[in-house]
Order: sequence, then C-alpha cells, then structure tokens
Amino acid sequence: MPVLEIDIERPFGKFTLTAAKEIGLDGITAVFGASGSGKTTLLRAVAGLDRGVAGRIRFAGQVWQDDARRIFVPPHKRGVGYVFQDARLFSHLSVAANLRYAARRARRESRPIDFDDVVDALDLGPLLDRQTPALSGGERQRVAIGRTLLARPQLLLMDEPLAALDIRRRAAILPYIERLPQTFGVPVLYVTHAIAEVAQISQWMLLLSDGRVSATGPVTELMERIDLFPMTGRFEAGVVLSARVTGHDTTYHLTDLDVAGQHMVMPALDLPVGGEVRLRIRARDVALATQRPDGISIRNVLAGTVAEVAAEPETAFAEVLVDLGGAHVRARLTRRSVADLALAPGRPVFALLKSVAIDRRMIVAGGVPASEEA
Amino acid sequence: MPDFDLGPVWLTVKLAVVTVSLLLLVGTPLAWWLSFSRSRLRPVIEAITALPLILPPTVLGFYLLILLGPATPIGALWVQATGSTLTFSFSGLVIASVVYSLPFTVQPLQTAFEAVGREPLEAAATLRASPIDAFLTVASPLAKRGYLTAAVLSFAHTVGEFGVVLMVGGNIPGETKVISIAIYEHVETLDYTQAHVLSAGLLLFSFAVLLALSLLNRRSPLRAG
Repeated sequence: MPVLEIDIERPFGKFTLTAAKEIGLDGITAVFGASGSGKTTLLRAVAGLDRGVAGRIRFAGQVWQDDARRIFVPPHKRGVGYVFQDARLFSHLSVAANLRYAARRARRESRPIDFDDVVDALDLGPLLDRQTPALSGGERQRVAIGRTLLARPQLLLMDEPLAALDIRRRAAILPYIERLPQTFGVPVLYVTHAIAEVAQISQWMLLLSDGRVSATGPVTELMERIDLFPMTGRFEAGVVLSARVTGHDTTYHLTDLDVAGQHMVMPALDLPVGGEVRLRIRARDVALATQRPDGISIRNVLAGTVAEVAAEPETAFAEVLVDLGGAHVRARLTRRSVADLALAPGRPVFALLKSVAIDRRMIVAGGVPASEEA
Repeated sequence: MPDFDLGPVWLTVKLAVVTVSLLLLVGTPLAWWLSFSRSRLRPVIEAITALPLILPPTVLGFYLLILLGPATPIGALWVQATGSTLTFSFSGLVIASVVYSLPFTVQPLQTAFEAVGREPLEAAATLRASPIDAFLTVASPLAKRGYLTAAVLSFAHTVGEFGVVLMVGGNIPGETKVISIAIYEHVETLDYTQAHVLSAGLLLFSFAVLLALSLLNRRSPLRAG
C-alpha cells in the first residue's frame, strides 16, 4: 500500500492549511470537509500545482517536495492524475484527441492501461468523435476521468468532480468512480463536501476542518465518532453499518439482514444469502425508546446501550450514540427527550429505524461473493 | 508608368516579413511572462513595452539613432563585426521596426494567453506534459487567433511606419527606402503620379488588413486538428 506523507503549511483565505500526516492510500480515500476547509488546497499541494506550499511531501518513497533540501518536483514529473471540478478538457481537440494526448505521455513505470479498456469502462465510445465544447457536464467529467487514467498516474486526485452536476448525473457517474481503484490499480484521493458520496464510494476518510486534519481512518469508524459531528454535519450525519444477508421473504418481498448479531429487514435486495451490504442510517431517522415498543409499524428495532450523549448548545437538539454490541447508530433527538428519558451513557435503549431511511444506493455493488463467506 | 520603381515595395515586404518573424520570436516569451508573472516588475515592463504606442516616432527614432550609432557599444560592436554601421542599413531598420511594432505583437498575444489562462496548462502538467510541451501543444493552439492578430497588426504597422525609418534608415534605395519614404520623396519631387500609385496601394492594403481582422474576429472559434 503506497504511503503519502505530508507535512505542509499553506495560507489560504482566512486560514492556514496545516497538515502533517502519513496516510496509507488504498482504494478511495475521501478528503471531506466543509467549503473553505482547505480540501482543494491540500490536493493542489500534493499535485505540485501550488508553489506557495511550504514543507515536505513524499509519496511511495519518492520525495516530491522538501524545502529543507530545496527539492520541488514539478507536477509533470510527479505522476499524479488530477480530475478538476471543471474538467478542463482541451477545447481545440476532439474527445479522442484529448484521450490520445494523455496516452502519448503516459507514465511508463505504471501498469499499462489499455485505451479501449478506459473507453469501455467509462462508456466513452459514442463520444470519441465529438468536439469537447459540445459535451454535457456529465460527459465532460467522464472524458476527464478517462483522460487522466490514460496518463497512467500512480496517484489519482479528484477534486469534487461531480460538484457541477445535478443529482441524477452524479448518481450515474459515481459507480464508474467507485470501480476505478480495482479496475486500474490506482489509489484515489477524492475531495468532496457531500457525505453521501463519501459513504457510497470510499473506504477511508480524511477529515479537514478550518485548514486542519481533524481525523483520518475508515469511513465507518469516523461516521460513528460523536466528537466529529460538527464536521461530518448534523442533518445529513449518520453511520454506515455493515450487514449480511441471512434470508429472503418472498411473500412480503423482504430481505433479512444481520447487523452485529441483530435482525433487520428491508425491501427485497437482489443479493445472495451471505452477501454483504453497507447501510447508511441517518441520525435524524433514528428514534429511541427505553422499552421495546409494541404495536408499532417500524420493523427495525435494535437493542443497545447509550454510549455517548452530545447536546448541541443553544439548539433544541442532542445527538446520542448507541452501542449495538459492536456496531453503532446515531440518533438525533430533542434535548427535552434526552432529559425526559434520562438518557445517559450505560442506559439500555431500543433504536427504532424507519426502514425507508435505509439508503439503497449505499449497497455495495454486487456485495461480497458468497464463496468468501465460508 | 513605364519606369515605375517596384524596389521600395519589395523592400517594404521584406522588412515586414523579417520584422514580424523576429517579433513573434521575441514577443512570445515577453507576452507569456507579462500574462503569468507575479513579479513586481511586471507593470514596469508592461509600460515600457507599450511606450512605442504613444511616443512620437521621431522621439523613438532619435534615441534609436543614437543607440545604434557607431559611438555606442552596440553600434561599435556592429561596425567591428560587419565593417558597416548599423544606422542607415537594412539591419538597423529591422531593429528599429521590431522596437516600434513591439506592442502590436505583445498586446494581442498577452490578451490571448490571459484568455487561455493557467487552467489548461495545469491540466496538461498533470497529464505529464512539460511546460514547453504544454506551451506548444495546448497554449499556442488555444491562442491561435491571438497569433494571427499579432502577425497581421505587426505586419501592417511595419509597412506603415515612416518617422522611425526616416530617422534611423534615411533614404537609401534598395537598403532603407521603403514605400512610405518613397512616397515622401515622390511628393518632394512633385512626382504625384508615383505618389498616387503607392499611396492608393497602401490605403487598399491597410483597409484589406482591417477588414480581414474584423472578419477573423467574427468567425466561429478557430480549431486546430
């Protein structure tokens, strides 16, 4: 697993980006944070596009920048691919010529990437003869991703590549991005401020806040950390749970799932028994009860104990982290409810999940093949 | 007009072609630097580059005459190397024309490079194109229209110069006697027929150039390859 070591400082806006980290890059690592938290600044520093960065950057044993030794490797010698928010296709070249531009300059040391494979993987065939100014936003980004891959980068940097697209186009491109690390064997640093994108495509996460790295780690772990709520956001905040398919109910079209030893159901999933899914459960869709409720339409009731309570000062709300025995869910309640139910760490509770709140897009594509579940 | 002298016409075309070629070579890096440099010297250099636009040609010609004269190091070196003076020669005229038409090359190029911006160049760099590669394969084609404008304007401006040429080059047939000087001479010697032919020719040429530029700027985006 290639390691990215950064120890850099860069003033921007009203902050200074100060990052000192060693990050093992494997699959997709999301760089997450609010607008203006320094995400793009970090990415440009890694790419070498910004000469105003002070410090040290190493990747996979290569020194890219070291001020103490007066080393600054220019961007074209770093072997990084960069997918810009605005695609930046060359407007004087056709789509095919844009792709060939990258292929001709490809990094020889990297694993070969076949032109046709990239075209197939991103469905670029019908676009090849088009002029770039005539492409739609989604098409542009697909071409930009393909072009970047053909340069055979050893590290792929993506700077909010979907920010300019509407929700439907985003949903259409995300699966392409999700498959990149496996298909082309290149680690990805993916900048976004959309937590849903983080949950859907990335395994690792680097959290930036006001120019500082607040946390790094697996996505599932960081999403559970209550101290990070102000950064992961409250309204959209939630957790990602791993679940295993245990059976199908053909009468009611439901699928039975096992989450940390507890039973859940959700509308029928097209997955084999033993397949794994990731479920995202938003804090605002979780209610808590101190007794197992009776006569209620909600099917998913999970038993647990309160692990942490964080009141949001000067608002009506509080976030409660519930330990389900291995996995966690977060609940967003009013502070009044917390007081009335005397919710405090250690108190046994039942978490009520509205099944509609389980985000079907969060299902890992295809799940894990049954054979791996011996 | 049985004895019409085409000499000044060919000399003018030769001067303009050589001048424009040199200008594009000199103007490109200068315009590039002016477009992208963050140096504090930039406004100063920009102002100096634009000076020939507003200086009376006689002032410019006067200083060039002194600078290129055999009394200065540059002029002396030239005399030593070639055996003749730089002033009142075709070479001296080329140097003077390059200085005189510099803003007509640099400004369109600078505008074009600024319109291209850093963005496509950054994209090229992350596709492993070296700065020179990116300049040749991305910035230049994207700035193609700027190059056309610069070449056409500089050519026309060089053809039309008079004051600087008169100061630096004088009136030597086949060496420094360009169209505008020839017209002046014809008028002085009351040869109005020849003056008419050359003047009307320049008038038509200038109009054609401006019309071409205007049409060029109206056309849909230029595309390469």
